[in-house]
Amino acid sequence: MKDKKKAFERAVHGVFLILGLTSVCCVLLITVYLIISGIPAIHEIGLIEFLFGTTWASTAAEPAYGILPFILTSVYGTAGAIVIGVPIGFMAAVYLAKVAPPKVKTVMESAVSLLAGIPSVVYGLVGMLVLVPGIRKMFHVPDGASLLAAIIVLAVMILPSIIKVSVTALEAVPKEYEDASLALGATPVETCFRVSVPAAKSGIAAAVVLGVGRAIGEAMAVMMVSGNAANMPSLFQSVRFLTTAVASEMSYAAGLQREALFSIALVLFLFIMLINATLNFFLKRSKEG
Amino acid sequence: MSNIITIDKLCLWYGSQQALKNVSIDIPEKSITALIGPSGCGKSTFLKTLNRMNDLIPGVRITGSVKYGETDIFDVATDVSELRRQIGMVFQKPNPFPMSIYDNVAYGPRTHGTKGKAKLDDIVERSLRDAAIWDEVKDRLKKNALGLSGGQQQRLCIARALAVAPAVLLMDEPTSALDPISTSKIEELALQLKDKYTIVIVTHNMQQAVRISDNTAFFLLGELVEYGATEKLFSQPVDKRTEDYITGRFG
Amino acid sequence: MLNGKLSRKRRGYIALMRTLMYACAALICALVLFLIAFVLVKGVPNISWELLSTSPSYLKERIGILPDILNTVYIVIATLFIVLPLGVGAAIYLTEYAKNKRFVAFIESAAETLSGIPSIIYGLVGMLFFCQFLGMQTSLLAGAMTLVIMNLPTIIRTTQESLKTVPQSYREGAFGLGAGKWRVIRTVALPGCVDGIITGCILSVGRILGESAALLFTAGFAHALNGIFEGLTSAGATLTVALYVYAKEQGEFGAAFAIAAILLGLTFLINLAAALTQRYFRRKKAL
Repeated sequence: MKDKKKAFERAVHGVFLILGLTSVCCVLLITVYLIISGIPAIHEIGLIEFLFGTTWASTAAEPAYGILPFILTSVYGTAGAIVIGVPIGFMAAVYLAKVAPPKVKTVMESAVSLLAGIPSVVYGLVGMLVLVPGIRKMFHVPDGASLLAAIIVLAVMILPSIIKVSVTALEAVPKEYEDASLALGATPVETCFRVSVPAAKSGIAAAVVLGVGRAIGEAMAVMMVSGNAANMPSLFQSVRFLTTAVASEMSYAAGLQREALFSIALVLFLFIMLINATLNFFLKRSKEG
Repeated sequence: MSNIITIDKLCLWYGSQQALKNVSIDIPEKSITALIGPSGCGKSTFLKTLNRMNDLIPGVRITGSVKYGETDIFDVATDVSELRRQIGMVFQKPNPFPMSIYDNVAYGPRTHGTKGKAKLDDIVERSLRDAAIWDEVKDRLKKNALGLSGGQQQRLCIARALAVAPAVLLMDEPTSALDPISTSKIEELALQLKDKYTIVIVTHNMQQAVRISDNTAFFLLGELVEYGATEKLFSQPVDKRTEDYITGRFG
Repeated sequence: MLNGKLSRKRRGYIALMRTLMYACAALICALVLFLIAFVLVKGVPNISWELLSTSPSYLKERIGILPDILNTVYIVIATLFIVLPLGVGAAIYLTEYAKNKRFVAFIESAAETLSGIPSIIYGLVGMLFFCQFLGMQTSLLAGAMTLVIMNLPTIIRTTQESLKTVPQSYREGAFGLGAGKWRVIRTVALPGCVDGIITGCILSVGRILGESAALLFTAGFAHALNGIFEGLTSAGATLTVALYVYAKEQGEFGAAFAIAAILLGLTFLINLAAALTQRYFRRKKAL
């Protein structure tokens, strides 16, 4: 009887062990699939030609498969979104954490949560009908679908995560530091920016990492406002990101062109893993120091 | 010796609860005044009123007057930042900023407008010497202050407070979180500092009050029960409540 | 001296920082208000009973989003049906069974890696693995399976967090009475983490509703009207995918905004549900 019970418990443990390993299996699955599908095209096109070639002409008579335009667009687009989104989100977070009266804070925090939950296609839709014509009129360019439109949309989309994480980090700063600063004669605003913010800097850095991750992986919203031409990135020109490059040709691609798209996905995947690893490494180091 | 802070009929309410009842006391300059009493008697609240740190608590109401020199500190025209520069504070639990030792001490001067590396270097060294901790940290000024021991951190906080050249130093149970050796180091420091600074120290340790203070004030339930020269208060207390507290019948 | 004011430099700094703070906060509020107003103003007039209850018809030149609504419901049900046992099971393993701390950290970092992968890559791998390799073809089921992997980290995390709030003493009490480990989990730990499971569900539904890139190539864009089992095995567009196609490829902005308004309303309801359940469970636990 005892053996039966033991065997049962062992079986249950086994079941849960397998369930526990699912996330590991999924990561392995994704990595393996991306590598298997991505390598062939890179092999055929040549790694240097692929990564650094400046022309992408997948449907031309003599196809070219250089993805440098996509890599640079993704980099510039993310950088632009961070440059605009982080300062605005950060200052708004400081307001929420330190200045806002409680009722205003509750309302604003639910507004930010709403912003976080809006589907990316809705952002893309509004961008299509507001940003794109707006840019066209304001800057007198033939078509507003551009890198600039994508940067603005991405900046708006990363605001909620930046705000939420920064607010949490700022609220976690011990009150003792603020008391000490005030007792030395600093005003509340000075205390906030000279003591609280530096004390919260690892949390704020984590917020930026989150923002980078979201921006570089966004596909749908960006696809609706950035035009989709495989140009080298330029602020007012139609551009294509690594994400949109995969999405826009996948439905009709075949042969080497299709395999090249898988390779782009592999590059994107490795890029993101690399960025996360680097940023987390620096985060850990600053925490210890 | 003149009085540097004069308090007259000070009352303080936290919401509807009265924490200080008609406290009137004169603090003489360049001396050590100890505030004693059981927990919750109002001595810390009183201390925090002197540099207007109570302003930060919502729902606080204050009546009466506190005069620092000739100025009423609650006057609308008073520059609170300057007041807190002249009346510094050291807290119960050492609270150095998560920055380097140098930046901790330089924070006050920088806030009040002091610039220039040479000037700041000079102030930092002087303050750390005055706080009797220079020799222990002079080789690691750029290291994070949180790496110091508890006693060292508290002396760093004292140095930080001294760096802005205050006239008064308020100390809220500064040694209650420290070991006996660090405690005696800080008591020694206080005795050295009283030549240049006025010190008001809250302590729950009566032996500490006897060891270092010139005058002692006994608080009970928000009232100032008795105030006088330390030796006299402890040997011949006037009020029976004071006698009961000192002899350990309560508290 | 005490009657002076702060130096001009300090006053200037304080004024600047305060202005920046208020300006950025105001900008964010304005942004949210504008988005909501724009979508509602352009979308609500286009919502009609006809839109909500019919399928698109070329003959009658009419757009109906009933199939998209149903597809969305089917995919939510299918995803939750699969991800809940998987995620809760994994969370139970991590909190109740796993002893080796490094192993737990390893699994947790795998889950965190999963949550950092962009949805377009999920869509691609989902297409390759579920549609092609496993032969599910372009179908809602393939889309659901992809969404399962995407939402696994969320369910694991919320369940784990609430499992950790069940006091160890409850479990020890049950062990002390002679219960086996599975029985303890079933009767003590699981009931205690119901709030985490529900929160995870609500969060996942929110994510599923908003997801589009992962579904483009796994579930496709068809608008056929099906019952649940037929629907799961055929291609179908969810509301977000339909919005994308109507806006970008067909220029039907009326329908697109109507869907956007509906999605906005659903997002709001989900947030509300999440906040209310959190408050409810917090009150319950405080007792």
